Amino acid sequence: MTKATFRSRKASLLVPDARTKARNASERWFRLTGIAAVSVGILALVFLLGSVLDNGLSAFRQTHIEMAIPLDETKLDVSGKRDPALMAKVTTVGYGKLIQASFQKMLEDRGVDTEKIKPNKLMGLLSKKAAADLRDMVLANPDLIGTTLTFNAMTNGRVDGYFKGRVTLESAERDSNISPEQLRLAQRMADAGVIRTKFNWAFLTNPDASELRPESAGLGVAILGSAYMMMIVLVLSLPIGVAASIYLEEMAPKNIWTDFIEINIANLAAVPSIVFGILALALFVNFLGLPQSAPILGGLVLTLMTLPTIIIATRASLKAVPPSIRDAALGVGASKMQAIFHHVLPLAMPGILTGTILGLARALGESAPLLLIGMVAFVKDYPSSPPNGFFDPASALPVQVYNWTQRSDPAFAERASGAIIVLLLFLLTMNSVAIILRRRFERHW
Amino acid sequence: MTVGLLSLVLLGLSALSFILGRQKALASVKGDIRNLHSLPSYCGAGVALFTGIPASLLMIIWLLVQPVLIESHVTDMILPEDIDTGSTRELVMSDVLRIAKGVDVLVARGADEAEITKLINNPAALKTRLADARIALAADINPHVAKAAAAYRTKVATGNNWLAVSTLGLAVAGFLFALMQVKSTFRARNVVEAFVRVLLIGASSVAVLTTLGIILSLVFESWYFFQLYPAKNFFFSLTWAPKFGGGSDLGIWPLLWGTLYVSFIALVVAVPVGLMAAIYLSEYASGRVRSVTKPVLEVLAGIPSIVYGLFALMTVGPFLRDWFAKPLGLGESLSSVMTAGVVMGIMLIPYVSSLSDDIINAVPRALRDGSYGLGATQSETVKQVVFPAALPGIVGAILMAASRAIGETMIVVLGAGAAAKLSLNPFEAMTTVTVKIVSQLTGDTEFSSPETLVAFALGLTLFVFTLGLNILALYIVRKYREQYE
Repeated sequence: MTKATFRSRKASLLVPDARTKARNASERWFRLTGIAAVSVGILALVFLLGSVLDNGLSAFRQTHIEMAIPLDETKLDVSGKRDPALMAKVTTVGYGKLIQASFQKMLEDRGVDTEKIKPNKLMGLLSKKAAADLRDMVLANPDLIGTTLTFNAMTNGRVDGYFKGRVTLESAERDSNISPEQLRLAQRMADAGVIRTKFNWAFLTNPDASELRPESAGLGVAILGSAYMMMIVLVLSLPIGVAASIYLEEMAPKNIWTDFIEINIANLAAVPSIVFGILALALFVNFLGLPQSAPILGGLVLTLMTLPTIIIATRASLKAVPPSIRDAALGVGASKMQAIFHHVLPLAMPGILTGTILGLARALGESAPLLLIGMVAFVKDYPSSPPNGFFDPASALPVQVYNWTQRSDPAFAERASGAIIVLLLFLLTMNSVAIILRRRFERHW
Repeated sequence: MTVGLLSLVLLGLSALSFILGRQKALASVKGDIRNLHSLPSYCGAGVALFTGIPASLLMIIWLLVQPVLIESHVTDMILPEDIDTGSTRELVMSDVLRIAKGVDVLVARGADEAEITKLINNPAALKTRLADARIALAADINPHVAKAAAAYRTKVATGNNWLAVSTLGLAVAGFLFALMQVKSTFRARNVVEAFVRVLLIGASSVAVLTTLGIILSLVFESWYFFQLYPAKNFFFSLTWAPKFGGGSDLGIWPLLWGTLYVSFIALVVAVPVGLMAAIYLSEYASGRVRSVTKPVLEVLAGIPSIVYGLFALMTVGPFLRDWFAKPLGLGESLSSVMTAGVVMGIMLIPYVSSLSDDIINAVPRALRDGSYGLGATQSETVKQVVFPAALPGIVGAILMAASRAIGETMIVVLGAGAAAKLSLNPFEAMTTVTVKIVSQLTGDTEFSSPETLVAFALGLTLFVFTLGLNILALYIVRKYREQYE
């Protein structure tokens, strides 16, 4: 009885009515949607990083074949004078033969059954760059001749891919660059401990390589190019950005001109990056005649793009310095300039540096404008040291990634992801430095 | 004297004049700086400025003007008959410059002037010598061209000598003039500060100059494009089919359609997720959750777009193709509008959420308290009080996100494809304005064909679009903003 009357009551603190239930349900739903939205964002980040790591980590491992090569004087330096100019007459073909002989001998010694594989197929297991590497080593150090050199030859990209699971015996059937027979031999070599996997330093130091030798493609030129551009960006954008912010924040009268400048800065921050590339092409390349694909050109474009970021950050940290500091300086007789440069600016410096590093990090990852100014060109030679190196052709990290995605060999896709990991590591370092700077030196007034 | 050396000498002179100016200031008051108007270092800096700045300005102007003057002189040495059919005066002049540069290389490798004169009179020998030095020339060297190159070299050499003499002369003159001014009443600080002020103003106008540069280069090259290709076809044609060699159709509509379609999908992904994330983080999440999740979401904003592009190409593209496009029978393309749109949406999530977060936080506490006081639940408060109050700001944020989506390049280059078409199927590869700017301007480009120049017209369209969206966003925020307080 009591139960019935209890139910018939419209609402109570203990039993909610239908409307309250509906409202509470919608409340829960809303909250769940919010959690879902945040999780989507976090999951996207996890997937993104996971996919990059999954595809790219293998680029840092590379299979090598170690062999002892007797560097025979009668073959490499007929004159016996150790003159590099004369020795250069021996081409990579000559060195290739040397490698082939030692390779066959080594396999025999280790007892690997080659099943009478043809010599050119056997050499097909090695990178086409091995002979060139050996030649460069000998030419750089002629005294090696006559000795027996322990040489680490990179394996061919397909063989490397086989051990990384990218190439299979089935796919090799359809591949003109590798045969299942070669892969089976490679497997036996790995079982015998001839093929070994090592950390791939060459990936960080080598220049880019042609379509046919993905195993030797590296990031050396790209890292150098990016470093040069960052130097230029830092040297140009920090002083200009700080000077502009000081004027706008501390000294500028409120008039149409300064309003105009402020609108301009806000708009520049929102201009698509590719438009800056067009600007560089029309102004710096066509009009001023700066060399294409040179770091100076990329540095200038990235400077223009970074300036708004730095100006906005600098103005914020100048604004954070309390007016009492300025008043005190003016009170003891400093001029306005002295107050700014001796007191306000040093106090704002941590914030300015943080903003600058974040701006640089953005510039480092920027690729669209660099595509237009010829940084996609295939660059095989390292740029020389600065300042002349600023005018030599170079590549840049993000553009190198783009470059590798455009090639057909899947080995380059792995390299592209590996390059992304390098890029992200650089960004992580820069951002951590910025955060530490902020934590360490930030002042609250 | 090379330019680098000259700049170093100027720098050294300025440093020296700083020391001398400082000493003279000190000497003028016998070491008692209380009698000086400005601190001694200001006197030094003043003298250094007078020494260095006019001379450097002269040097810069000289370096900009000299090549133009010399080239206009040298180009007269090339007779009309020296220009082969199919060639132009510019091409011949570029040969002249290349030969002059090559001869410089030869000199740097130890060739003496007498030998160079002999080579200039014997173009065939010159060509082989240059080829040895790895400077390849396409055709045989015309004697006039060789002479022109020699004349170019001598003129550059004399020009550089005069440059050094006049720059250093000006520096010394400035130094002497300023040093004479230094006495106890010299208002050095005012001079230096006025100069610094000019520098600061100059730095702040770099932004204006950049905008000006963007607008001028876009407008001029587009104008040039419309001379070669009718504007009517560009704006109203529905086909995009560039053919290198002439007769191309360069209608913007397929590109614009692709751009808007990709951006629309991106916003469909980013706006609900970003907005809900912002609402959750600012209204519901505890301080600890907020302090962890917010930076994590912001990491998404710090990742360069090339990384998203690669993600689209290698992960999202194959996934969407194998799980959606193929089973639904909508196509087999690896790159598609959907791929690019979804990935771009992910990229925009933190952008939308951090902008909306700021706006939601700006809604005053009192409005919420009032709503709770009337018995509203938290979600009712958000939906009926906070959201309407924040709406103008949120609309502004969405427009800004749209402008970023339209201007984004790397994701669409790697994810959307290159085929220009008007289609409704989101799993088909389409292309965008930015993709076509990249493809028309990379590689060997000739800046006289409409197929290349169209990129500038596309750039102008893009610039106008994004600028318009940003201005609209600002306008909406300003016009409809609720003023509390």
